Amino acid sequence: MLAHSLFFYTFSFIAIFSAIMVTASKNTVHSVFFLILDFISVSCLFIMIGAEFLGMIMLIVYVGAVAVLFLFVVMMLNVAQQKKQWFSSTENSKHIPLGVLISVIIFFELIIVIGGWKFKPEVASSISLAFNNINVSNTHSIGNVLYTDYIHLFQLSGMILLVAMIGAIVLTFRRRSGLKRQSYFSQISRERSDSVKLIEVESNKGVNIDD
Amino acid sequence: MIDIGLGHYLTLGAIIFSIGVAGIFLNRKNIIVILMSIELILLSVNINLVSFSIFLNDLTGQIFTLFILTVAAAEAAIGLAIIVVYYRNTSNIDVEKIQSLKG
Repeated sequence: MLAHSLFFYTFSFIAIFSAIMVTASKNTVHSVFFLILDFISVSCLFIMIGAEFLGMIMLIVYVGAVAVLFLFVVMMLNVAQQKKQWFSSTENSKHIPLGVLISVIIFFELIIVIGGWKFKPEVASSISLAFNNINVSNTHSIGNVLYTDYIHLFQLSGMILLVAMIGAIVLTFRRRSGLKRQSYFSQISRERSDSVKLIEVESNKGVNIDD
Repeated sequence: MIDIGLGHYLTLGAIIFSIGVAGIFLNRKNIIVILMSIELILLSVNINLVSFSIFLNDLTGQIFTLFILTVAAAEAAIGLAIIVVYYRNTSNIDVEKIQSLKG
């Protein structure tokens, strides 16, 4: 129990610190690095709490794909020149106390929700769809449920990914002028009679190529 | 303090959620950091769902975390594509200077 609390506090302090640094870092590349640190520490928490499949998926999807995509975009766009400003407040500095106020309010609302949860423990047993089979692993049980009860949602999420992929390609696709492109239709619809001509060559006459 | 319960995980989720919301409001630099703050918010929602799922012994939270992960990845891809197109058109992504909609 002591080790559990020790690991929890370590990972959660790292997660909170890196979340603060994501929003407060001057350099955008540093922000992406702190975002990666945050994802990693939270996935460590997931693995520690017993949701090891989601922890690993989190590592693969967030750190391996999303954070690298962020890093790629940050490095591709030349945003390093804007790194000198710290919340560059020209006339819009009135947003800052508003933002702080709203986030503090949301935080206390969530704390109140947690308090209600803590002092009404019988809610937990009433809304739980009991799933307490100790023998199977976390990945096994997720697979049991995901491909049977949630198969439509699973395929729907696949459709969401497909739409996102097509949308990203369509958005960033740029049709340059002066580029020789393949025309598949004319390639496929071409016939032998259009392009090949058989000529009987008489002797000592030769062939007139310019026809 | 030593016993780690559900409240600890929910508090962590609440703190990260608040930091994400504060990041959206405080950010005056470029719009990529705003997208990263949205990722932080989705991460805190994932923390909440997973901790409830573990402490209630119910798998539904983890399934929904998978779907949130999918939506977050799609959102990041589309958002970054929009940012790339915008940067190509106007060659800056300052939050201050994006005001075509007069918001």
